[in-house]
Amino acid sequence: MSTQQAEPESQEAPKDPEMQGAESPAAEKQKGGGMVDQTSTDASELEGETVHIKVFRYDPEVEAKQEPRFDDFHVPFEKGMTVLDAVMYARDEYDSSLTFRHSCRQAVCGSDAFFVNGKQRLGCKTQIADLEQPVRIEPLPHQEVVKDLVVDMDHFYDQMHTVEPYFQQEDLPDGELEEQRQSRENREKVKMSTRCIWCGACMSSCNIAAGDNEYLGPAAINKAYRFAMDEREDEEIKEHRLRILEQEHGVWRCQTQFSCTEVCPKDIPLTEHIQELKREAVKKNLKFW
Amino acid sequence: MYEHDVIVVGAGGAGLRAAIAAHEAGADVAMVSKLHPVRSHTGAAEGGINAALREGDDWELHAYDTMKGSDYLADAPAVETLTQNSPEETINLEHWGMPFSREDDGRVSQRPFGGLSFPRTTYAGAETGHHLLHVMYEQVVKRGIQVYDEWYVMDLVTTDEPDPNDRECHGVVGYDVQSGKIEGFKAHDGVILATGGPGQAFDHTTNAVSCTGDGHAMAYRAGAPLEDMEFIQFHPTSLPSTGVLISEGVRGEGGILYNNEGERFMFEHGYANNDGELASRDVVARAELTEVNEGRGVNDEYVHLDMRHLGEERIMDRLENILHLAEDFEGVDGLIEPMPVKPGQHYAMGGIEVDEHGQTCVDGLYAAGECACVSVHGGNRLGGNALPELIVFGKRAGRHAAGDDLGEPEIKTGYGDDVEDETDTELPVAPGKAGLDTTGSVAADGGVTAEADGILERSVEAAREHVDSLIEKEDGVQHAEIRAKLQRAMTDYVNVFRTGDGIRKALKIIRECRQEYQNVYVDDPSRTFNTDLQQTIETRNLIDVAETIALGALVRNEFRGAHWRQENQTRDDENWLKHTLISWDDGEPSIFYRPVILDGENKTYEPKERSY
Ligand SMILES: Cc1cc2nc3c(=O)[nH]c(=O)nc-3n(C[C@H](O)[C@H](O)[C@H](O)COP(=O)(O)OP(=O)(O)OC[C@H]3O[C@@H](n4cnc5c(N)ncnc54)[C@H](O)[C@@H]3O)c2cc1C
Ligand code: SF4
Ligand code: FES
Repeated sequence: MSTQQAEPESQEAPKDPEMQGAESPAAEKQKGGGMVDQTSTDASELEGETVHIKVFRYDPEVEAKQEPRFDDFHVPFEKGMTVLDAVMYARDEYDSSLTFRHSCRQAVCGSDAFFVNGKQRLGCKTQIADLEQPVRIEPLPHQEVVKDLVVDMDHFYDQMHTVEPYFQQEDLPDGELEEQRQSRENREKVKMSTRCIWCGACMSSCNIAAGDNEYLGPAAINKAYRFAMDEREDEEIKEHRLRILEQEHGVWRCQTQFSCTEVCPKDIPLTEHIQELKREAVKKNLKFW
Repeated sequence: MYEHDVIVVGAGGAGLRAAIAAHEAGADVAMVSKLHPVRSHTGAAEGGINAALREGDDWELHAYDTMKGSDYLADAPAVETLTQNSPEETINLEHWGMPFSREDDGRVSQRPFGGLSFPRTTYAGAETGHHLLHVMYEQVVKRGIQVYDEWYVMDLVTTDEPDPNDRECHGVVGYDVQSGKIEGFKAHDGVILATGGPGQAFDHTTNAVSCTGDGHAMAYRAGAPLEDMEFIQFHPTSLPSTGVLISEGVRGEGGILYNNEGERFMFEHGYANNDGELASRDVVARAELTEVNEGRGVNDEYVHLDMRHLGEERIMDRLENILHLAEDFEGVDGLIEPMPVKPGQHYAMGGIEVDEHGQTCVDGLYAAGECACVSVHGGNRLGGNALPELIVFGKRAGRHAAGDDLGEPEIKTGYGDDVEDETDTELPVAPGKAGLDTTGSVAADGGVTAEADGILERSVEAAREHVDSLIEKEDGVQHAEIRAKLQRAMTDYVNVFRTGDGIRKALKIIRECRQEYQNVYVDDPSRTFNTDLQQTIETRNLIDVAETIALGALVRNEFRGAHWRQENQTRDDENWLKHTLISWDDGEPSIFYRPVILDGENKTYEPKERSY
């Protein structure tokens, strides 16, 4: 399948006012929208207005969409409206070919991470009223675009799988109804790391991951943290995990730029987790790069 | 064509558990799912998993609570299977590394939940479903089970003997969302549907947009009856704009419901003078809607749920997640404003009729999870009972499909000697094939004599033609229009309050939707990630499912569990201790009934009045 790389350059391009003028037929379709380009942080100011969104469009198969472009939509604002609500409205009312992933609408399925006004965010968790208009909605950078806002997640999944993302304690308590014991403190320690919803926002925001395709990336390292720090797995397995992490494209690549931590919709302290794993590796005398 | 022993459709909690079990039983198993597994709706569950784990509790108490909660419409053998197996299955999740909340001694925590006589709800923070989903997906990765993700299953491949009890399922037809490729998946030993709930039949639901009842509709058209579809649970506190769920925990901690006049209506208008906001879900949902209907709703739509008086400290300690939800999805700060809430569709108690092994009446066709009806929830599901259902019956379906012997089931399926036909109710519109010819029937031609491969090939061919015709058609009606109309009708007339007249209106509108669907077309010409096409196919499924919900609601002229009928506001045990079954009879829904099984292993569950 032919794909298009959403490099920062191509995302910058449409900022050119000339190109913005090229409104799409879809946007023309709706009338009397009262186009208002305003910046607002107060929802009540938007009541009764329309919201101007600019959505990235690309389809390798459809001639008119092979050249990436932005389409403008003016969507009636409602209190509480999220970015996802706005693109759904645009799709259902103006252009049914507008394509994006979404499912839960409540920040747990991780499918609608987009690049909104220059930042990786979950569409369903981002209030329109909090954004400057026009709201620019693009696919996640550094991932291949399949169509419109849909990116190819395979590389992200592959990296997740590299860290052996499954519990590996074979030595279980006797008796079917006997659980392993885990202290409250230990559960607290791994708690944040277990909240990851595989949205890919962190990976997309990471400069290192952008330059080094083999870098495990923040999400996969966090996944490894989740197991390495869980006291229910024994030392041997923990060491095995650290060996995976300290390899050339593992934790040492992280340059603590905090961009992953900044965008994570689940507030996972990713950079901190990576640092902690570096310290663990040092303690265990594992070589580093 | 792809070939496996067992094919699991759907990769939520039920599908993942089924796949792992089939794999452990030695089968070559593959999962086909329209979403990547970790995107499944099981991830949204908050509360927990019921399992009798501790001293003082046992499976019999759990079974008793469940039978009572069901308003005596659950089958005892299913309920007892659930409650006997959920402790082991829950601990098994712990063994797989699930991060359950813990007690001081390091054991898993349990908490009280509505309708339970013992605090047996085992939980992982307020994110139990998320952890359950991820832990099981991890186990699937560990075992190297093949997952075809973002493959949409369009049809089942089934022989077409006149009697569904004689039919056999050989596989499914799948559609690769990313490339548009349509292929057959042949299953040597069985197909397990684990496609989740049908919440999108309503326009206001706590369910994900992916919950479109695909499995229900495919099984129904293949001849497996849908059971007790009229029983839909409405949750009283969902956010008006999105349907996102505000947990019962808010009212548990002392949250108060107000109408637009600032009245604490649960007491002031006498809906529940003892329990107030903490009355059962259906009572509170009805009270809220009555307020709105009588002009005392806020913006004529919702009521207010206020937790400000609990104080910031307590809210942050116990309800932090709720603050985020109200903020993120409604733009409301729960610390300084009351939160808007209204009832939302939440859960389907009914589903594809199966026995305790997850088997339908069609040979080789199984169902598990919310799309199935075993039946353990009857007229009303207790909170915390859906997740154990996924793991207990998911596992059983997986094992059975892979050839494990689970003994003779007690629950019967399909049309047989033990059923009673519906003869009384007059339908407002003649059910028939309207709207169906465009998509063809699921049971492929060929009958008994046809080879599995031949049937599969023909089904794939039919699916390709069907998709081509949808895409090539230049104009017509768009699915979004039909879907919106259908959802509106269900919400207006088959909601919390139901009247015979209303349901009849809904049935007429559903029939119109069918008619309009004959003229449906797909605007997006692309084969790449064509969500327009996928949603168009889903809309057809929603029409079928909505019709069974409305038909079930029309014939069941009594008040039981979540099903409220204005004309008859009492539970009628004499006539209605029976399941409603609707089967697809050559394009016409036909309705019949099968008695509830109240006899358990050691005792009979005598129906008692449920007091609120
Ligand atoms: C907000 C919320 C909170 C809840 N909280 C609780 C709770 O605390 N405790 C409890 O016990 N229950 C709870 N429930 C109920 C419970 O979570 C669900 O009933 C359960 O998770 C459903 O699981 P499932 O595996 O049947 O379906 P799902 O998890 O919905 O999975 C369905 C799968 O099928 C796939 N699929 C669907 N159609 C197709 C198709 N055509 N082709 C291919 N794949 C397809 C999807 O991709 C998905 O993988 C809650 C429900 C909601 C909505
Ligand atoms: S760590 Fe955060 S940003 Fe990264 S995938 Fe997980 S949830 Fe998304
Ligand atoms: S739609 Fe599920 S995370 Fe946004």
